[in-house]
Amino acid sequence: MITMARLDKLILATVALEEARQYVAAGGSGPVYIARDTEEQQRIAMYLSRITEGMVHDLENGILIIVRH
Amino acid sequence: MRPYFFGIVLTASLGGILRLLILRSDYRQYPTYPHGYISHLSMGFIAAALGAVAWPALLEAEYVAVTFLAMAAQQFREIRNLERESLASLDLYELVPRGRPYIEGIARTFEARNYIIIASTLVLSAIDLALLRGTSYPLRIGILGAVTVLLYFLINSFPDKRVADIAHVRLGKVHFQGPNVFVDDLHFMNVGLAEAKEVYLEKALGLIIEPKDIDAAATLANPGQRQAIVHLCAKLLGIYKDVDTPEFSPLMRRDIKSGRLGVLIIPGSGDPQALIAAVKRAPVLEGAAAKPSKSYAGRERDDYHGTTG
Repeated sequence: MITMARLDKLILATVALEEARQYVAAGGSGPVYIARDTEEQQRIAMYLSRITEGMVHDLENGILIIVRH
Repeated sequence: MRPYFFGIVLTASLGGILRLLILRSDYRQYPTYPHGYISHLSMGFIAAALGAVAWPALLEAEYVAVTFLAMAAQQFREIRNLERESLASLDLYELVPRGRPYIEGIARTFEARNYIIIASTLVLSAIDLALLRGTSYPLRIGILGAVTVLLYFLINSFPDKRVADIAHVRLGKVHFQGPNVFVDDLHFMNVGLAEAKEVYLEKALGLIIEPKDIDAAATLANPGQRQAIVHLCAKLLGIYKDVDTPEFSPLMRRDIKSGRLGVLIIPGSGDPQALIAAVKRAPVLEGAAAKPSKSYAGRERDDYHGTTG
């Protein structure tokens, strides 16, 4: 749904590849999960997305984020 | 009031029948259930009865009775509130919500229909009192019945504006650049799941909506208008989505440079022509309609090239 100017877009979790570990700093919201390969990364992201009813976005640097819209 | 009895009963009944005729269960999918029908029909009959007694009351110099019309207006405004509240609470549990502006439009329509009924029964009873007094019952029923049918067609001849009236709708091509999904050159969103991408490439349909003039562009830019359109598409074609797959929510995005809009949806049934028909027949919301071309500043704009109506 298109919602107007509200701060409800929350990053619920971050799924990073092992080699992209250095691109996520501590702080912010949600835990960071480290995946061994892209297959595992996709699987973790899918589980988290289904569980949290959040959407998976790809930052294209080996990091996926799950966002509640 | 005795001499007016037959006239009042007749016009009130005809008004009630008129309410039944304009109560449609249409693409808005509301009201769909018997209880919705019953509550709107009974309010319609009350409206009809009020319209029917107004002239006889005036003729009898019962001026107080006329103030009841004002009270009735209050009641009907209450209907709008009730409709709004109930639809808004139902909306929380829609896979693709209607959005508040659409609900507001529906609520307003229900309120207005009662006023239409009052006005129609006023007309009916005026005809009855002025022209048909002392004529036989069958004649009065016949003539007033014919006038009711005429009123029905008159009411229906003021159709709501639809998207097809203000914009061109055509199919676009759904494709990806990296994780980003596009319809033609319009960006929609970033899809992170490979699985979701495959579904989009396989099943999604994309439309491009080109507003015909600056009024249409301003109207379609309204997020409430857009939500109403995607809601209707999802309702009419079905939707490939559940509560835990927000990545399949249908979207409508705007090209901020040109004012063109795109629709991206994974319909339950993938017929492109049906989707185009659904978008074309979606109503233009009263609350979203804008007319910058009616102002001096609007006509001074570079992109103003006249209006299409």
